[in-house]
Amino acid sequence: MHKSKFLFLFVGVLALFSTIASAQDKPYAGLEIDLLTFVGPQVAEPLQRHAPEFEALTGAKVNIVTVPNADLYQTILTDQATGTLSYEAFVFAPQWIVDYAVPGYLEDLTPYVEADEALEWDDVGQFFREFSAMYDNKIYAIPLDGDFHMVYYRTDVLEELGMEPPKTWDEYLAVAKAANGIDMNGDGEGDYGSCIAKARAQQSYWWILSVAAPYLQSQGTSQGIFFDNDTLVPLTDNEGFIRALEIYKETTQYGPADELSIGVGDTRGLWTAGRCALTLDWGDVGSLAVSEGSMVNGLTGAVITPGSTSVVDRATGKLVECTPEICPHAVDGVNHAPFASFGGWSGDVSAQIDPKLKEVAYAYLSFVSQPAQSNVDVTIGATGFNPYRVSQFENLDAWLANGFTEEAATNYLSAIEASLNNPNMVLDIRVPQNQRYEQVILDEILSRFLADELTSAEAAAEIVTRWEEVTEELGRDAQKAAYTATLGTTGGN
Amino acid sequence: MQAKPEALMTPQPQTQAVSRGDSSVRSWVDESARYLLIAPAILIVLVLAIFPLLVSLYLSFSRFKFVKGGFEINFIGLKNYEKLLFGSEQRHVLGKFGEVPLTGWLLYGAFMGLMLYLLYQYATSERLSGFGFVMRVISVVFAGGLALLALLTLGAGGLPGTLIVTLMFVFGGVALQYLLGLGLGLLLTQNLPGKRFFRVIFLLPMMITPVGIGFLFKMMTDTLKGPFSPVWLAAGLGDFAMLGQADTARLAVIIGDTWQWTPFMFIILLAALEGISKETIEAALVDGANRLQMFRFIILPDVIPVSTTVILIRLIESFKIIDMPNILTGGGPGTATETMTLQAYSGWRSGNLGESAALAYLLLIVATFCAMVFINFIRRRLLNWTV
Repeated sequence: MHKSKFLFLFVGVLALFSTIASAQDKPYAGLEIDLLTFVGPQVAEPLQRHAPEFEALTGAKVNIVTVPNADLYQTILTDQATGTLSYEAFVFAPQWIVDYAVPGYLEDLTPYVEADEALEWDDVGQFFREFSAMYDNKIYAIPLDGDFHMVYYRTDVLEELGMEPPKTWDEYLAVAKAANGIDMNGDGEGDYGSCIAKARAQQSYWWILSVAAPYLQSQGTSQGIFFDNDTLVPLTDNEGFIRALEIYKETTQYGPADELSIGVGDTRGLWTAGRCALTLDWGDVGSLAVSEGSMVNGLTGAVITPGSTSVVDRATGKLVECTPEICPHAVDGVNHAPFASFGGWSGDVSAQIDPKLKEVAYAYLSFVSQPAQSNVDVTIGATGFNPYRVSQFENLDAWLANGFTEEAATNYLSAIEASLNNPNMVLDIRVPQNQRYEQVILDEILSRFLADELTSAEAAAEIVTRWEEVTEELGRDAQKAAYTATLGTTGGN
Repeated sequence: MQAKPEALMTPQPQTQAVSRGDSSVRSWVDESARYLLIAPAILIVLVLAIFPLLVSLYLSFSRFKFVKGGFEINFIGLKNYEKLLFGSEQRHVLGKFGEVPLTGWLLYGAFMGLMLYLLYQYATSERLSGFGFVMRVISVVFAGGLALLALLTLGAGGLPGTLIVTLMFVFGGVALQYLLGLGLGLLLTQNLPGKRFFRVIFLLPMMITPVGIGFLFKMMTDTLKGPFSPVWLAAGLGDFAMLGQADTARLAVIIGDTWQWTPFMFIILLAALEGISKETIEAALVDGANRLQMFRFIILPDVIPVSTTVILIRLIESFKIIDMPNILTGGGPGTATETMTLQAYSGWRSGNLGESAALAYLLLIVATFCAMVFINFIRRRLLNWTV
């Protein structure tokens, strides 16, 4: 009897300690969160892939819910404003933080980050810490991705043509024109000089800003490209933006016949199928080029977005030639203005949920952003995540392990760093309801211009009219304050 | 004979009074029961249908804004409507006006002449009523306005706005759906092998979600990568982007919409065709009627009442078209395939609920008047023709 009692007691104590031990191992066992992001497959893929890993470590289940990119902004806003609270966490455009943080929908993550050594916050590039993560001196988002536009070129095609990677947009057109029709992948069919995704209601409206940026900004990041800093009148009804529209339209002549109805998923497919000599895209193309099945592995070069030898005199709206005073950051007479388009996908936590669930949501976003996961994800093109940590630029191991040659990795990362460290880097718009300015109005007008419904002058003027309406509606002074505050963000690592 | 004890002779007036009272209560209950029993259902329908209508009407006169803890609605009067019809969105909604050639004006004149003649016929008929006349005048003005807008925006130098694009999809699509549906129905009334099998097959498109059909046609119109690309390439259309040109993009939307909704027309018209009396047909055959005469004098008059109803249903439904242009073209190229509903949806998506509601109400007005024109000027005449 004594023996059986002792055995029973022993087993009971053992069970108790096992429960305590496993609870400590899996601190969020039994908890579940829903994270909302766009349908992807980029961005959603790594989030879905890491969810089971996180659950194995912590016990918490993470459900990734997706909606089309055009619906993401409104879905989050409606969910939080109405108190529906279907989602505990989000991965969205950092530009939208201003619309969610001001009404109090987003959790202030500053104390979480300060207590989180595993996140290695200082390893996140300074620009991404400031633009993608912070608003009003508080951390509201965890960067998962770093975004810059770049031009990619087929090294073999340009070599055959005896041409250099384009330094200006005029050179871009010249290369595209010369390369258009050449068979670049050996299938006997002529291919395209330039592939740029121009479909409406997708992500196309950012390209025009990369083309226009070097015509509009030359005095450094704090000058901005969207509005006059004093009057907040949009900077589109001028020779520079009109020239940019014409360049942008001309690229269509050297692209696929259905370029007006294809998105980045299609142009990236065309690139890896070896059908394009040039493309304008975020960092994804660099990693996709070395992925399995790519026909352009070892044949893809990356370069900072082309610049301009003239910029707009804001007083007159006319283009004037670059001089050392007018373009102090010009390189060999060319004013580059690389565009930190979109900023980079970032993760946020709802402020209106249970504190324990906030902890879980933050822990998951931190997990995805930590170097162990992030440094691998940014080397895989299909993830949609591009480099944003200092270690991702300095340490080539993960790049080499995922298919890059040292030369390709160096070329790719150098192009991004050249953009990131450029003193004339351009910030994306981050005023309240910036989604209306860009995703609605600019997208629609650009689409109508490309379809020959508007001339370049009409398009430029209509952007002014419609953006001014939004500015008046939301309050010019408030918008100006928000705009100029954003321009104070500094670049670099 | 014993007299009835008085106790048994209950006082008639009191009894009658009680009986009358009882029966009046009972009859009130009987009368009211049907209303009382149906009231909950009507109340629910009213709340679900009328309440949103009223709220969105108020929204159309307001500016909506999300703020912490909820939202703010500020009354701004007719500003949303002004912006859509006369302001910065005028070109988007009404289109760009071009030049109208002489033939265009002559056609317009003929159209207005016809409308005025129909109005005159009504004014001189026995059915004339004040309300009816006023509504018909409004319908004529409205139809004339829409026709003028179509003329100005579809001609040289013009560009249709979302209003005219919607009307193109409505009238073009419904006409095609009706003709195909009737044709298929006539085919399946013949004694053809496999007709039962094809009756099921013809219904399948209606079962597929419109979004799925949108993606299906997107693939089929892809001349380079889609399943039909060998056909397009063989026809020399490898470099042609069907969805990249305004006219062919609209055609693609109409084809996709027609493919989906022809089964609806087909199944209803088939039922009507199968309901035609066999004796009538046999009698016509005996009288020596050929197929065309059979169709013109026997089949068509019998099918017209059902046809007008099913056309009206499809007309009203078509005004809401959004799935096909949204998936197939995103409203592009430019705004070539953007319908009013898609425009309203884009507005809603960006939080511009006031403008979105105003667009929805404009669409309601257009759809209502188109239905009224159809009912008052077309349907009645077709029904009278069958008598």
